[in-house]
Amino acid sequence: MTSQDAIHYDPQTRQLLCRGNWDLASLPYLKVLLEKIAWPKEGELIIDGQGITKMDSAGAWLLNSWRNKLMQRGITLHFSHFSKAHEALLSLIEKELKEEKKPPALPYMGWVPRVGKYTIAQLDHLQDYLAFVGRLTMEWLRIVPKPRHWRWNEVAGVIYRTGYEALPIIALLSLMIGVVITYQMGLQLRNYGANVYIVDLLGLSVLREFGPLLTAIMVAGRTGSSFTAQIGIMKINQEIDALDTIGVTPGELLLLPRIVGLFIALPLLTIWSDIFGVIGGMIMSNNMLKITWYDFLQRFPRVIPLKSLLIGLGKAPVFALIIASVGCFQGMQVRGSADSVGQNTTKSVVLSIFFIIVADAIFSVIFSKLKL
Amino acid sequence: MTNERPVIEIKNMKTRLGNTWVHKDINLTVERGEILGIVGGSGSGKTTLLREILGLTQPTSGTIRVFGEDVIHASPEKILAIQHRWGVLFQQNALFSSLTLLENVAFPLHEHTNLDAETIKKLALLKILMAGLSEKDAIKYPSELSGGMQKRAGLARAIVMDPELLFLDEPTSGLDPTTAAGFDELILNLQSTMGLTIVMITHDLDSLWKIANRVAFLGEGVVLSVDTMPNLIKNPNPLIQAFFNGPRGRIAMEAHAHGNQG
Repeated sequence: MTSQDAIHYDPQTRQLLCRGNWDLASLPYLKVLLEKIAWPKEGELIIDGQGITKMDSAGAWLLNSWRNKLMQRGITLHFSHFSKAHEALLSLIEKELKEEKKPPALPYMGWVPRVGKYTIAQLDHLQDYLAFVGRLTMEWLRIVPKPRHWRWNEVAGVIYRTGYEALPIIALLSLMIGVVITYQMGLQLRNYGANVYIVDLLGLSVLREFGPLLTAIMVAGRTGSSFTAQIGIMKINQEIDALDTIGVTPGELLLLPRIVGLFIALPLLTIWSDIFGVIGGMIMSNNMLKITWYDFLQRFPRVIPLKSLLIGLGKAPVFALIIASVGCFQGMQVRGSADSVGQNTTKSVVLSIFFIIVADAIFSVIFSKLKL
Repeated sequence: MTNERPVIEIKNMKTRLGNTWVHKDINLTVERGEILGIVGGSGSGKTTLLREILGLTQPTSGTIRVFGEDVIHASPEKILAIQHRWGVLFQQNALFSSLTLLENVAFPLHEHTNLDAETIKKLALLKILMAGLSEKDAIKYPSELSGGMQKRAGLARAIVMDPELLFLDEPTSGLDPTTAAGFDELILNLQSTMGLTIVMITHDLDSLWKIANRVAFLGEGVVLSVDTMPNLIKNPNPLIQAFFNGPRGRIAMEAHAHGNQG
C-alpha cells in the first residue's frame, strides 16, 4: 500500500477513511495530505480507522490535533472502527492534551539588564575568589603548626605531574624561543656590526621576561586546566562533600598541596626554561652571528648581572600562586553538570593567563621605579 | 513489520572481560509485546548483556539478533535503522546536561526526522506529559530536576521516537517506594497503549512481581532460568533460592499475594 491513499475523504458520506501506517515516519506526509482536504464548513464527520495497519503516538497525536482544530471551526469529528489498541492510544493522548499545553517561554532579558546582571555576577565572582583565598590562608595557618597534617605525598605528586612531566615541552619551547629572539635581534645587530651585543640582549630578555612569562603561560594551560577539571569532576561526584563529612577538609588534602606543589615546581621550571632559552640563543649566535661558544660563555657572566636571574625567578612563585589558586577556585565553582566543567576550565586558563600578564606589568613598573 | 520472529534472539554468546568469563554461554529470546525482567546478583553480567544487545560492547563469540538482524555484523545503515526502533533508559538517565528537558526529549526527533520545529516541540511535549511530568518542567535543565523526575525525563526521551522495543536499566533504583510504584504503573500503562516490548534489568523485587511477564535469571555466566515469577521462585537452584527467598524476597512475594486478593 502506498501512502498516496493513506487518507481518502468522501464528501457524500462525510467519511474520512484512514489507511496504512500512521506513524512517526509517515507523519510529514500525512500532515500535507490532511492540509489538502477540502473540509466542509460545519457539521459532523466520521473518521474511519479500519484500514490503519500501524499507528503510534505520533499518528494519534496528529488525528487528535486535527480534531481539536476542526472543533474550533464548528466541525465535530467522530472516530469509528479503530482497533482497541489504537483507541486506547487515542484516548491516552486526548487525556494528556485535554487543554492546550505549552512550555513556558524561556525568560528573556534585554541587553541593559543583561550587562547589569553580568557585571554583578563578575563582582560576586571576585568576592567569592577573595573569600576562597582567605579561607585557604586560614586553613594554611591552621595546618602549619601541625606537621602531621602536612601532605608530603600529595605535594610530591603535584611536583612530579606539574614539574617533572612538563620538562620536555618547556625545554623544547624555550629553545625555540631563544632561537627566534636571537634571529630577529641578530639581523638588526649585524647591520651595525654589533654582533657581540646579542649576548646582553638575549640574556636580559630571556632571564628577566621570556623565561618566567612563557613558563607560567605554558603551565597555566597545562596545569591550571587540569586542576580545574579534576576538582570540578570530584565536586560533581560529591567526592568533595565526602571528604568534608569524613573530617578531612578538601583544602588540606586537595587544594593546599596543589598550591604548595606548584609554588615549588614553577621556579624550578623557570630555571630550566632560562637554561634552554640561552642555549637556543647560543646555537643561533654561533650559526648566524659567528660568535663562538667560548666567546658567548665568556661574555655572558660579565654583562648579565645575577639580579636579572633573581628578578625573573622572583616572579615565578607569584605566577604559581595565581595559576594554582585560580585553577582550584574555578574547580570548586563547578556546579552540577559536564557543561560547567568545560566553562570553568576555560575560565581558569583565560583568567590565569590574564592575571599573569597583569602581574608581570605591575612587576615591570615596580622594578623600573626601584631602578632594578 | 508484522514478522512473528522474536524481537531479540541471543545464541551461544560468550564474553571475556579481562581475565574472567562474564558470560559462558548465554541463550535468550524476547518475544514481541512481553516485559522481560533480567535479574541476577551483582557482577553477574546483566549490564554487560544489555550493552552487548545495544552494540556498545562486543561479545567474544556468539550471535545477537534484534528484529531478526545480526547486530554484531550489521552494516552501519542497518544498525541505524534498528536504533530508530528501540529506546533506552540508562541507569544514570544519561540526560544531556547542557540541554533543557524539552531539548533533551526533542533531540532524537531533530536528528532523525525532517519534521518542522513546531511539530517536534509538540511531539516532545506530548511525551513529557505521557511520562508524567508537567509542561512547566520542560524548560528546566536536568540538574534542576529531582531523581524521580530525571527518570521520567529519561523515559520520555527513550519513547520519543515511538520505539517498538524499550530497554530499562534499573528503572526504579534510587526512587522512593511511592515514586517507584508510580513508575511501575507508568511503564505498564505505556506498554499497553504503545504496544511496547520491554527488556528491564532490575533488582526491585516489587517491580518484578508487578510488571514482568517473564524473568530471566543470570548466574554463573549462563541464563539459569527464564520463567514467570511464581514458577521461578520454585526453581531449586541455590542461587535463585538465595535471591528470592531471602527476607526481602518473601516480603515482596507476600505483598504481591495480598495485592492480588484485594
